[in-house]
Amino acid sequence: MNFTQIKNRAIAEWEAQRKSDKPHILVGSATCGRAAGAGPVLEAIKATLAQHNLEATITQVGCIGLCYAEPLVDIVKPGRPRISYGNVTPEIIPQLIEDYLIHDNPRADLALGTLGEGDIEGIPKLFELPMLKPQVRIALRNCGIIDPENINQYIANGGYSGLERALSLSPEAVIEEIKKSGLRGRGGAGFPTGLKWEFCRKSPGTIKYIICNADEGDPGAFMDRSLLEGDPHAVLEGMLIGAYAIGATEGYIYVRAEYPLAIQRLKLALQQMAEYGLLGDNILGSNLSLHLKIKEGAGAFVCGEETAMMASIEGKRGMPRSRPPFPAQSGLWGKPTNINNVETWANVSAIMQRGADWYSSYGSEKSKGTKTFALAGKINRTGLIEVPMGISLEKIVYDIGGGIPGGKRFKAVQTGGPSGGCLPASQLNLPVDYESLTAAGSIMGSGGMVVMDEDTCIVDVARYFLSFTQAESCGKCVPCRLGTKQMLDMLENICRGQGKPEDIDLLLELSQRVKAGSLCALGGTAPNPVLTTIRYFREEYEAHIKEKRCPALACTELISYYILPDKCQGCGICLRDCPAEAIAGGKRMVHVIDQDKCIKCGTCLDVCPERFGAVVKVSGEEIEVPKEPVPVAAAKPNTQA
Amino acid sequence: MSEKGISTLGREGLILRLKEAQSKFGYVPQEVMAELAQSLEIPINEVYGVASFYSFLSTRPLGRNVIRICRSLPCYLKGAQTVIEAVEKELGIKPGETTPDGRFSFQLANCIGLCDQAPAMLINQDAHVELTPEKITQILRMYK
Repeated sequence: MNFTQIKNRAIAEWEAQRKSDKPHILVGSATCGRAAGAGPVLEAIKATLAQHNLEATITQVGCIGLCYAEPLVDIVKPGRPRISYGNVTPEIIPQLIEDYLIHDNPRADLALGTLGEGDIEGIPKLFELPMLKPQVRIALRNCGIIDPENINQYIANGGYSGLERALSLSPEAVIEEIKKSGLRGRGGAGFPTGLKWEFCRKSPGTIKYIICNADEGDPGAFMDRSLLEGDPHAVLEGMLIGAYAIGATEGYIYVRAEYPLAIQRLKLALQQMAEYGLLGDNILGSNLSLHLKIKEGAGAFVCGEETAMMASIEGKRGMPRSRPPFPAQSGLWGKPTNINNVETWANVSAIMQRGADWYSSYGSEKSKGTKTFALAGKINRTGLIEVPMGISLEKIVYDIGGGIPGGKRFKAVQTGGPSGGCLPASQLNLPVDYESLTAAGSIMGSGGMVVMDEDTCIVDVARYFLSFTQAESCGKCVPCRLGTKQMLDMLENICRGQGKPEDIDLLLELSQRVKAGSLCALGGTAPNPVLTTIRYFREEYEAHIKEKRCPALACTELISYYILPDKCQGCGICLRDCPAEAIAGGKRMVHVIDQDKCIKCGTCLDVCPERFGAVVKVSGEEIEVPKEPVPVAAAKPNTQA
Repeated sequence: MSEKGISTLGREGLILRLKEAQSKFGYVPQEVMAELAQSLEIPINEVYGVASFYSFLSTRPLGRNVIRICRSLPCYLKGAQTVIEAVEKELGIKPGETTPDGRFSFQLANCIGLCDQAPAMLINQDAHVELTPEKITQILRMYK
């Protein structure tokens, strides 16, 4: 079978399903869906269908990005738009299926929205909702829409037509097309992809390698996992195009060991490609030959750095080396090598399918196209999003993310993981593109966006990131290994109230040294979280150092709990629940916390009945309370006398 | 591939072979490292260097079930610390330790990519999300 025949068959299969007179049920079965309970939901669907003797096609799809509403189930009845239902439980399934499939009640009360042509009364269109309306889905075009384990569904939706188009052009013309699209590396650094390919193509040598970097490790980032689980072929098609443009014949996909489902879906995808002649020698009858292998990581964050990754693929300790030589000149086993991130590869296939002009119509002047972000932390709608470059942070946090839970105040958003920075409310109007984020002291990074509210201590966040880079430093170069350790020690002291006035300047100085002296980007960017937090939240550092006060009331060693004598009713609940036996009291006695015994766990504050509200948490101040328990009445001379 | 020769190919597979040993024995025994060094014709310290570099490889015996609680920022913001304390209390061990009966090893991990449903942990290859101290007892009971 040639590719045209394969394509025609795939399209016929897709159309047959679309026009089928059987209902179609789609279950979100990426890791996020599974973890939220998609498995039992799927079983409940099968059992209910069997019970009513109903026939339906069931497909397990990837993540559409609404992770906060997982498990997601979509139902398509013949001739009707697809309805997405969120937070579905196995208990609700029998009723939902009976109501919609048998009694034709679409249960608008359970629905999130509809997809596709047509309307259903009482249910909004999914992509008109605030969280989806600003989104443009290019890399994630098929996630949640097609069955990631069925190559035909990818092909029926334009898949591998980008490869076909590339093969009809010269490799140089493909590189020109990618250059024209303005695509820049989505792993974080933002190097122009076409240029990177050109360097590798022009490097002398007959054996060249391409690598897909799927060692996503930034805390708060899960875009690559979702993409590999939801549409592996979009990434693999990109790699074929890249191999053709560069002249590579061997390739690796380096996936972190923490992503077993992504690995499983990639393995299956490679097998399907081989069956269709999309892998191996003379792909689709052309002179392109590419052999791809999956390399599983073994748990080391630094392997996301390209020279460390190559060492790991060679079976060595994943330690970076100095550049030059760059991988394009001397990479894997000393051969010219090109490494791109998962999302970059998925954009490549889209660009070749739909053209550079179409792609570059999205985005800002210097940052073209879209970027995926993982929204996490203190935000109402956590999930995976894809937005055109240049969109404001505010739109992402408030429109798409739905703002901060519990009516709390926004404090900062962290972009770029341990290499990035924390941006405060004053930067919310910042357009999200490479240049603007860098100018603000952060970076685009791979796409993690962690939102923090007023209860988050910014010094503690900086301390957290340094503890991360400290733990993940491979130890090869001194500035990173010891510099980050010094910085971490100072931040720990500040959080404990033992900071010295000169610490802030010393942190700034040390940051510059670590940045300048480190061998790779891990150390070179490790000080960024410290630098941006000092830049935007210096007063919070000063409060910790000068007043021994944590304004967010988060640093345990700087906070105290007190029981207010005029509010305590002597109920004894806090005394009973205190794990440290630090509370003294008695029936109808005002309870007292022994500050020396208190472990600052906050249990007393949590359990004190709301109507009393007698426990307070403070930092940097002392509250006048009795030393010993006193009768409740005695503590309230004004009201009880 | 021919240009690289047989020995390079074997060297490339070192991490994979160590992982195989890890899943077979629950750790990488010293004898396995010695065998690998001999068959690959590389010094044993190089094998140990690789085995001790990666957090999914262990040179000491691990429990039958490995708990990896995510300690990264999104989980931290959503109360991972209380979950860590609940596991410590339930099992009587600290991160980095193994229960005396060999049932559990307890580790902290740096981001497992489940930030959308933080706090999260992996037990072996199973993801558990939106954890609370109350959920811990019930989840741990599922692993014998």
